[in-house]
Order: sequence, then C-alpha cells, then structure tokens
Amino acid sequence: MMPLLKPRTGGLLSLMVILVVLPLFFRNAYHYDVAIQSGLNAIVCVGLNLLIGYTGQISLGHAGFFALGAYASAVLTDRYEFAAVGAMIIGAVAVGCLSYLIARPILKLKGHYLAMATLGLGIIISIILNQEEELTGGPDGMPVSSFSFFGWDISGNLTWYGIVALVLLFTVWLALNLVDSPVGRALRAVHGSELAASTMGVDTQRYKVLIFVFSAVLASIAGSIFAHYSGFVSPAEGEFFRSIEFVTMVVLGGMASIFGAVVGAAILTILPQLLASFHDYEMMVHGAVLMGVMIFMRRGLVPTLVHFIRGLRK
Amino acid sequence: MNLLRIEQLGKSFGGVTAVEDLSFAIGPGTVYSIIGPNGAGKTTLFNLISGLFAPTTGSIHLDEEDISGLPPHKLAARGLSRSFQNLQIFFNMTALENVMVGHHLHSDTRFFPSLFALPAIGRADKRSAEFAAEMMDYVGLGNYIHTDSDAMPYGALKRLEIARALASRPRLLLLDEPAAGLNPSETNTIADLIQHIAQDNITVLLVEHDMHVVWDVSDHILVLDHGRRLAAGTAEEIRSNDAVVEAYLGRRAKDR
Amino acid sequence: MFADFLQFLISGITVGAIYGLVGLGFSVIYNASNVINFAQGEFVMIGGMASVSFLSMGIPMPLAIVLAVVVTTFVGFALEIFAIEPARHNSVVSLIIITIGASIFLRGLAQIIWDRNYHNLPAFSGDDPIKLWGAALQPQSLWVMGGAGIIVLLLWLFFNHSILGKAILATSFNPLAAELVGIDTRRILQISFALSAALGAIAGILVAPIALTYTNVGVMLGLKGFCAAIVGGLGNPMGAIAGGLAVGIAEAFTAGYISSAYKDAVAFVIIILVLLFLPSGLFGRKEIDKV
Repeated sequence: MMPLLKPRTGGLLSLMVILVVLPLFFRNAYHYDVAIQSGLNAIVCVGLNLLIGYTGQISLGHAGFFALGAYASAVLTDRYEFAAVGAMIIGAVAVGCLSYLIARPILKLKGHYLAMATLGLGIIISIILNQEEELTGGPDGMPVSSFSFFGWDISGNLTWYGIVALVLLFTVWLALNLVDSPVGRALRAVHGSELAASTMGVDTQRYKVLIFVFSAVLASIAGSIFAHYSGFVSPAEGEFFRSIEFVTMVVLGGMASIFGAVVGAAILTILPQLLASFHDYEMMVHGAVLMGVMIFMRRGLVPTLVHFIRGLRK
Repeated sequence: MNLLRIEQLGKSFGGVTAVEDLSFAIGPGTVYSIIGPNGAGKTTLFNLISGLFAPTTGSIHLDEEDISGLPPHKLAARGLSRSFQNLQIFFNMTALENVMVGHHLHSDTRFFPSLFALPAIGRADKRSAEFAAEMMDYVGLGNYIHTDSDAMPYGALKRLEIARALASRPRLLLLDEPAAGLNPSETNTIADLIQHIAQDNITVLLVEHDMHVVWDVSDHILVLDHGRRLAAGTAEEIRSNDAVVEAYLGRRAKDR
Repeated sequence: MFADFLQFLISGITVGAIYGLVGLGFSVIYNASNVINFAQGEFVMIGGMASVSFLSMGIPMPLAIVLAVVVTTFVGFALEIFAIEPARHNSVVSLIIITIGASIFLRGLAQIIWDRNYHNLPAFSGDDPIKLWGAALQPQSLWVMGGAGIIVLLLWLFFNHSILGKAILATSFNPLAAELVGIDTRRILQISFALSAALGAIAGILVAPIALTYTNVGVMLGLKGFCAAIVGGLGNPMGAIAGGLAVGIAEAFTAGYISSAYKDAVAFVIIILVLLFLPSGLFGRKEIDKV
C-alpha cells in the first residue's frame, strides 16, 4: 500500500538538488560563508527539533553543547595536538556523556522548570568558557588549527561547503529515518500524551533522555566543524542568545518538521545579513518573529505551507 | 487462579481518603464492572491498578505477582492496558499511528537500526501497521485508518483508545467509562465490542455510568461508595441488594 | 574578618532584595495565569533606563521615577494584550517562546530608543557610606532594603485586604470558579501583568544607582529573579523574597570567599540543585497531574 516514493524521500532528493545547485549562484566568499553558517545551524536545529517539535521537551541551552563541541576541537587540536577527527569524536562523546548525566534528572521536570534548568546549564557552560582563560583564552576566544584528514588539510570555500552540505544531508536522512520508525512514533507519543504513551509501554523517560543526548551530540559535532571552518572560537558561541536563536529557527521553520528546521535555520541566518544595514533592528525583528509565529502561525512555515498546498490539491 | 487480586488497597491524598481497605479478585476471561456514585473512588482505583498512582497501603497482584507501585510502562509489558475517561489521544498523529504506538512493546525499537533505517525495522514496522489496521477493523474503525486523529468524531476516538489498548495485546484491559458521551446506538456498539473482547479471552475491568451497558456485559459487579466496597456479586445479586438500591440506584431512579 | 563578613552580607542582602522583587514579579504573573514571563527582566531594564532618560530631560528625580514606573506599567499592560491574550490557550512551551520573543523585542526596541551605553542614575541620598563595624553601608542599599520591605508589605495588604487583590488570588486558585462568580479573569491577567511590570520597574530603579543600567541589564537580573522565584517555590510571593535573599547572599559570599569569576554561576548552580532535589522549591506547593 505504501507509495514507492514517500514524500519524505522526495524532500530529501529536493534538498540534495538544492544543495548541489546552490553554489552555481555564489559570487563570492561571503555567499559561501553565509551558506556554510546556515548549514551548521541547520544541523543543530534538526536535532533540536527532534527534541522540541517531536518530543515536546524544550531546551534553552543547546548553544552550550555547540560551544562545548567547538572548544573540544579547538583545545584538543591546538593545545594537545590531537588529530582533528579524534578531537571531534572525543568532544561528541564527552558532550554525549555530560548530556546523559544531566538529562536523567533534568528531563523529569516539565515546562517552565525544564526550560529553566536547561537555560541554567547553558549559562554555566558559557561562564566556564569565559573564565577558564588558560584553557579557552577567556572572553577573547582562541584560534583553531585547520582540519586535516589523513594529511589532507581542508581549506577553500567550496570544500567546506561540500563537507557541511554532506553532513547536513546525512543528518536530515538520519532524522527522517528516526521519525518514521517506531522510535519516532514513541517520541511523538510522549509529546501527544505522556500519560497514554507510558500506559502503552513507552518508557517515556528513556526516550526523552535518548533524544536529548542525540540532539546534544549533533550540536557538538556542528560546533566542532564550525570551529575548524572559522579557525576561531569565542564564548559568544555558547551564549544564552545563541540558544534562543536555535529555538527561534526551529519554531519559525516548523515544529515537528525536519525540513522546517533546515528552512528556519537558513532564513534566520540569511535574514540578518540582508538586514545588515538595519543592524540595529536585528533583535527587534528576531523577537517579533518569535512572537508572531507562535501567535499567528503556530505550526511554523513549512507545515503551514504543506497544509496549504494539500488544501489546494483537494 | 486469579488474574488480578487487590489486597486491602488504600490511597489518600494529603489526608483525603479516596480508596480505603479494598479487596477483590478477578478471574481470567471475565468482565468485571465497578460502579458507584461520582467521587466513589473508581478512577483513583483505575489509576492505582494502572500504575499512575502508587498505593498508600495494601497491594495489587497480577498473576499472583506483586505489581504495586510499578510504573505504567512496566505494567504494559506484563499485559495490562487501559483507556482513559477524558481522551488521551495522540492528536499529533494519524489514527493508525495512534494504534501503532499501542503495539510499541511488540515492535523493533532499537535506536541505531531505526536511525539507519535497516530493512529489519521497515519489515517489522509493516507488520505493526497491518496488526494496527486489524485492531482498527476489530473495533469498527476500518474506514478511519489514514485519518488524522484530530479530524475524527468523539465516538470514533473512544473506540480508537480501545483499539490502541488492544494493540498492546493485553490480558487485562481497563476501560474507564467507554460509553460516556456516546449516543444510544454508539453505546450499543461499545457494549457489543466489550463482549467480543471478553470472548477473545481478554479480561475486562470496566468503570461505566451507563447501567444498561453494565447489566449487559458484566459477569461480576463491585459497588464502591466513598472509596469502600458497598457490595459485590453478579448483576442479579446487585440489583436485589437493598443497600445498593438505596445508596446508589434508588437515588438515581428518583432523579429521573 | 568580621568586617569582611558583614560587608559581604550587606551586599548579598542588597542584591538579594532586588532578585526577590524581580522574583515577586514572576510570582504575581504566574499566580494569575500560570505563565512564566521571560520578559520580566526587561521591565527592570525599562524602569532604570526610563528614569535615567527622564532625568536627563531635566525632570526632577521623584517625578522621573514615577514617570518611569508608569511607562513600564503600560508596557506590561500592552504585553499582555498584544502577545499573551491572543495565545492564552497555547501550550506552555509556546508561551515560554512568546515571552522570550517579547523580551528580545523589548531589548531591541530599547537599543533603538536609547543606546547601548552604560548609564548611571544618581543615588537617592548621596554616596557617603555609613560605617558599620568596619563595613561600609551605601545609603542606596538602605533604599533597596527599605523599598523591598515596603513593597512586600503593600502587596500583602493588597492581596489580603482589597477586593481586587482577592480577585487575583481567586483567579489563580480556580479560574473557572472565579469566572462564575463574576470576576473578569481577562482583566485580572492584564492587571497582574501591569502590577508585575511596576514591580520590575521599581526594582530596576532601586538598583540602578548601585549597578549601572544598560539595555542588557535585564537579562541576568531577570534570570536570577526567576531563580529566586523557583528557589522560594513558584507562585509563593514571600518565598520569592526569601529565595532572592538566599541567592543574593550565596552569590556575595561566593564572590567574596571563593571566586568572583564564578559569581554569576552561583544562581544557576543553586537553581539546578533545587530543581533536582526540591522540585517544588523551599515553600512551594506540590503539583499533581490530573487524569
């Protein structure tokens, strides 16, 4: 009964085509830079949407995990001369362990309490990054060596773009698989009714922890890639405002929509660039978008659009 | 042997006693109904048995094993499932997906194979979908399979909850007011459904206000009042019990 | 030794009183609506910034302060009407996101109306410290402590002895029943946002001479005020003050005896510990899920 080409597969193919065609329109290094930043944000948001949109648990601290990944790569390659891949993996594993340890007690909390606990965690991480100057360079940040992979130094805009695009595609593929599986249904069940989910045999706590850790690891990996790409990290990457930015991207693009997360990340990375001459208005726009979407378009851009198109077909 | 045995069960909330010193046992394959006026402690009893509350005193045994205080998901694994008085539908899913969540414990839920969409996951999920569709047919929702659950009428959602609970292949099914808010013809369908379920050797524990349903389907009836047992027996015995008629049925009859 | 201790205690109580006032604002709104207003810190900021700006227009200090409180109150009122009211029935997560959006919006707006610089509001009665067993007590600290005390007293009178205050309490206990006895619960929500904004503004004005004021001042003050509210038990006004004092004093002693670098982390470590071990706070009521 299942159609051969699921709409999700179609979506993945479209994303692939877009990512391949996009560089043809890039005129300068700046265009590449914006695209790469969008891609990295999108990787974080795809993970975060699994947590917020699908499972219904909020996190106001994911920039902390992103920054931890970035600093793990920076510190381990720069100060201890680890191989870049090794540093990235160690960072991801460490963030995984940390998030697992704190997720178990934190995710027992609900609503405001969960928001506050994740927010506190993010702020503590950012304060540590600011204060441990010997290790992190303090508020001024620190340089990061280039990413070498078996003797191949990754450099050049197109190469970085390709890598980020591949990682993003892979992340989206993983997320789509997960959402379509019994695990994904269990996650959505937790969102729909935690009570009913547990009565149906879903170990709700386990699934919440699982997806929290998974999304934290994705953020960490994106952070590592960012560190090597930009060649420089600073505590600003882990600030509270960055966490809010990620949540805004998820909300704008659409809760419980993988492609929505990608679209939201792209829009909110590009928009401030377009509004560069209105830099003063950036924060106002951000805030207005958050409020406006939540009040007038609760499901976010992509789901609203999909709904609209389906309505037209009928 | 008893499938479910309740032993001197008690639950109080900050000094208010909702269930007190309650004991009864249910044999397999029967329909056991609990009736009583509002506030008699019926829903609290359900929440105790299904693990949403931990008992203050006493114990609950399934197959003579103590299950008191186990979390709901562990009880589900032991073959206990339930529906809810006020609907607990996953409104973010289609009807079929709702029922597939019921099949969770019999699905392949390994994380990494799911993440990489290994063929085994897809095959197992297809079987889940087929089984869930069967369950929807069983409760008479065959034509709602691909409907979004938030687009379904109330009566259908009540049966969707039952289909979802059945998908977990329970041995003991708790139904909390399955006929509440239904019209007479829908109510008859539910009564028939309950009898079908019992014939298929699933024990049903029922809380219901509609007395027609209770008289029709029950093998045994327990009457609760103020959290205590007022009477217990077959439908005939309860009907002719003076205390029950006075405390509960009489009062209701007078209202009409 | 003792002088140090006293000094830390004084600064802890001073800043703790501010956290308590901000926490009080959270509690008032939470009680009336079950909403956590993440824009609470922005009320603090607007209070401080508006008084600086009125003062620079040549308006005398007392009048400038009153005007600043009035302006902030209107902002709170507007926030309820334009952002909360249309989304009353949204989920908790979505309301959190809306108030965060409001907070960022107000901060952005403040940066345009004013600027990103630090501003100083003169202390209400001079800067000559009072000597106290070797410790120095700023007169402004007395203003903060006294101000907080008076506000707590006024609030207590308001909630226990005025019809409006009782209506707010009734709405918080059971909105439906309140509605049935004729309380306009929508109005109550607007009033509690306005009241909470006024509380925030007063906190912002009291603290401005000590801590300087700038458009981002509300971020940390707001979050720490929220910590205070949770530590004291969300929705318990006296608990918020106690929680604020606890957080403020812990912060001051950490800064004094352990490390000033990690001063700002103290509140968040406390909050995580409290959430993990005492989820309903020091004085909060337990919540039970209804089935």
